[in-house]
Amino acid sequence: MKVQNTLTSGTSRRVFTAGALSVVAALALSACGGASATAPATATAKQDLKSAGAGTITMWVDAERSPALKDITAKFQADTGIEVKLVVKDFAAVRDDFITQVPTGKGPDLIVGPHDWVGKFVQNGVIAPIELGDKSSSFQDSSIKAMTFNGSVYGVPYAIENIALLRNTDLVAESAATMDEVVANGKKAVADGKATFPFLVGMDPKQGDPYHLYPLQASMGSQVFGQAADGGYDPKQLLIGDAAGVEFAKKLVAWGDSGEKIINSNITGDIAKEKFLAGESPYFLTGPWNVPDVQKKGIKFAVDALPTAGDKPAQPFIGVNGFFISAKSANALATNEFVTNYLTSEDAQDSMYKAGGRPPALKSSFEKAASDPVVEAFGKIGATGVPMPAIPEMSAVWADWGATELALIKGQGDPAADWAKMASSIKAKIAG
Amino acid sequence: MPKTDLFQDSPPPPSSGAEPTSGAGAESTSGAATTPGGRPQGRRPGLPNRRSRDDSARGTVAKIVLLGLVDALAVYVLMMLFLSQSWGALAVSSAVVLAINWIYLRKGGLPAKYLAPGVLFLLVFQVFVVLFSGYIAFTNYGDGHNSTKDDAIAAIQLTAQKRVPDSPAYKAAVLTKGSDFYLLFTDPDGKASIGSTGTPLQEVPDAGTDSTGKANSVDGYRTLNFQEIVANQQEILAITVPVSDDPADGTLRTADGSNAYEFKPALTYDAAADTFTDTDTGTVYRDNGKGAFADSNGETLTTGWKIDVGMENFARAFTDPSLRGPLLGVILWTFTFAVTSVGLTFALGLFLAVTFNREDLRGKKVYRILMILPYAFPAFLSGLVWSGILNPQFGWLNQTLLGGATIGWLTDPFLAKISVLVVNLWLGFPYMFLVCTGALQSLPTELDEAARMDGAGPWRVFRSIKLPLLLVSIAPLLISSFAFNFNNFNVIYMLTGGGPRFGDTDRDIGATDILITLVYKVAFGQGTGRDYGLASALAIIIFIIVATVSAISFKQTKALEDVNS
Repeated sequence: MKVQNTLTSGTSRRVFTAGALSVVAALALSACGGASATAPATATAKQDLKSAGAGTITMWVDAERSPALKDITAKFQADTGIEVKLVVKDFAAVRDDFITQVPTGKGPDLIVGPHDWVGKFVQNGVIAPIELGDKSSSFQDSSIKAMTFNGSVYGVPYAIENIALLRNTDLVAESAATMDEVVANGKKAVADGKATFPFLVGMDPKQGDPYHLYPLQASMGSQVFGQAADGGYDPKQLLIGDAAGVEFAKKLVAWGDSGEKIINSNITGDIAKEKFLAGESPYFLTGPWNVPDVQKKGIKFAVDALPTAGDKPAQPFIGVNGFFISAKSANALATNEFVTNYLTSEDAQDSMYKAGGRPPALKSSFEKAASDPVVEAFGKIGATGVPMPAIPEMSAVWADWGATELALIKGQGDPAADWAKMASSIKAKIAG
Repeated sequence: MPKTDLFQDSPPPPSSGAEPTSGAGAESTSGAATTPGGRPQGRRPGLPNRRSRDDSARGTVAKIVLLGLVDALAVYVLMMLFLSQSWGALAVSSAVVLAINWIYLRKGGLPAKYLAPGVLFLLVFQVFVVLFSGYIAFTNYGDGHNSTKDDAIAAIQLTAQKRVPDSPAYKAAVLTKGSDFYLLFTDPDGKASIGSTGTPLQEVPDAGTDSTGKANSVDGYRTLNFQEIVANQQEILAITVPVSDDPADGTLRTADGSNAYEFKPALTYDAAADTFTDTDTGTVYRDNGKGAFADSNGETLTTGWKIDVGMENFARAFTDPSLRGPLLGVILWTFTFAVTSVGLTFALGLFLAVTFNREDLRGKKVYRILMILPYAFPAFLSGLVWSGILNPQFGWLNQTLLGGATIGWLTDPFLAKISVLVVNLWLGFPYMFLVCTGALQSLPTELDEAARMDGAGPWRVFRSIKLPLLLVSIAPLLISSFAFNFNNFNVIYMLTGGGPRFGDTDRDIGATDILITLVYKVAFGQGTGRDYGLASALAIIIFIIVATVSAISFKQTKALEDVNS
């Protein structure tokens, strides 16, 4: 009996496996059915809509932001009868899955993400422009500018993110305007035995960190790309290798391991945070994401404007988070209605702020949030910033830029030669 | 007699030769059913009894139910495929379903019943994947070449729609007359006008308005509510109302059914000539044969499409100046890394296995558990932790063990290679320790005793008796370990990221990059876009290398077995 029983279950397992496999096979094969599957999907969706009188919008969102959208989606459903299905996805996978799935017709109608994805999305033809009309004036200018690509707005912004200089007020009482003053204050704190490091900024030991160092570079007049007539970045004008950039490269060597040891290539983001939390340094160049831990630790701090190293303003890169609509949404009208008329509302922007803590892009929401002095300070600095270039060519810049900065900070190589080599290498990558 | 062959008494004939050897765990059941001696087990043939009849009836019912469930699911899937008009997938799926039913319903053919799931696994997860990435290697698939030409044209048209500068924002309502849809616009001054794709905008002074002053009804037309608008959204989104008789003045469109704006395309598509024309400059963009529209200067429009490029990707792998130079170095280092890793982990694992195999050792279990610990951590996590430990200034190694020395374990090209090998040794030796312990314990102790009786010392016993016997069972594992390390992405990517960078290439390739991390960097974006085509071509090259090395090594292993049999 025993033996036969095992046999029976063995059989059923096999049959099951075979069945499951055939399904897997069918699904896998249908996935490569490709373009033929898209048009009819629209047709079926429409039939569903007709019979039910309403449809569903699918939105990809990460776990952190999903709860913030619950209220506004509930309101939308109450008003229109259309359900917004929030599909929680791993944030790291959203961008690439969107690019690969939209052409198959199986992608979502709507996603949440940072503005610098736009270039890749347009390059792949997976994103639709959004016309905000008069509403665009109720958003911070910089956020709309960031969402604009080739003269069209592609997303509804909801939060602006940028870095600032955190100062431990117990170690240095006064704010400083220039990097030289910051360095002097930091060194004095070290000399007085109050601190170990004059200045902290996180470095990726493999890739450097051009993002955090950019305000210093910008203050010396060195930009990455020039601007085209419509105000967007122009990939043909690669400015990073110009004379101002070389001056910045020299500064990096002077600040680096072989110079004043202001910027330390061995301090990663985690180590920098740990040292600042331990009160070992008066300055920490970082973003709002590290502020909650600093507050929790009870450190008295101030959010200072970014120090200048040259005679230009220290513009940080700003990152704008927003909502984007798929170019092949089967439910484009309802999605547009939701995005342009609901996600632009004060309620929606307030609740995204409560969940993420980043300064809202909607002016009226920002004013409310600015009652928090930290948000206000970060917001003010952000208003002076420039959008991180969203053009696809930007991805050719990061690796060389970071590696060169890292080498200079380490004191390896010659600033002028390395910087020029970096620029030519980036040019070669852009030319393909 | 209703007896089915599912309950055939003797195990299936040993069919190991016919079985696929790679990848599919499902065959192991058939392997297990074959006893090593080939002695049939179970009931003697030719003696039918009651119990077996009951069981076989029950078995048949179970089979019919399960197969029914599978078929029900299959029918559902086939219907979905039919509705989505995926004919190719439909044909293949139907064939699969028919084949499954045929295999499990007919009498006899037991081996097929055992093999079918495994073969399916093999087809879906191995053959299909290999063929598909093989296909990608002959295309330009990647960023900017993501879909079909039709999709690209639609995307270009979509993004070419620009709002006419300083044009007013209109409020819109959707109306219907007969089966046609019309848009009713209210301009900022409160003036109402109506139109549709074929009928240019005309004023309607007598339109009814709602409380906000938005025109929402016209005599002879019916106003749609939001649900109806959504239900007909494709038609409504397609409405382009000419602002005047001159098409160059632009058109009014709505995206959400309640607001409308004046748009003018920056590019117009001529379907007959298959060209895009810039409405401002008159520049003509033609299909350039490389999956994009380009003008006479070679300037391409942003969205392209996927085309077949033949052997171009393979040629690029060896001719692209930024790849050609580093590629040889990377291949050499990949071999060095894989061979050394296997050698070191095996040597250490075996040494520890032999040491801890002594029967008189106390606390053996504790030691063994400690040995296996590194194996219990995910490799990518260990890689990150180690990259912290090896930090030149703040790393534990330099700080604590080397008294504050600053040694660039991960930043010096030579030391980085050593570090990668050492960390991989740390990660890999527990596996070898486990296998070697298992293999050692399966060796008969009599051999050891007999050899000692003949006067052999422990080293001699190990070298001449234990090691050759061990190698018979472990050599295949060493080969698979080689294949694993050849593609050991985690440890490289998390520890050094391939760095420190080579100075002689534009690409982000460094001293510790192995082929698979190189493929990753090519596929996932260094430069202006991802290049899945080139990455697939490189992956195929890796596959050929690993397959060749494995094939040769397995041949050698066979020789080993011959010696010992």
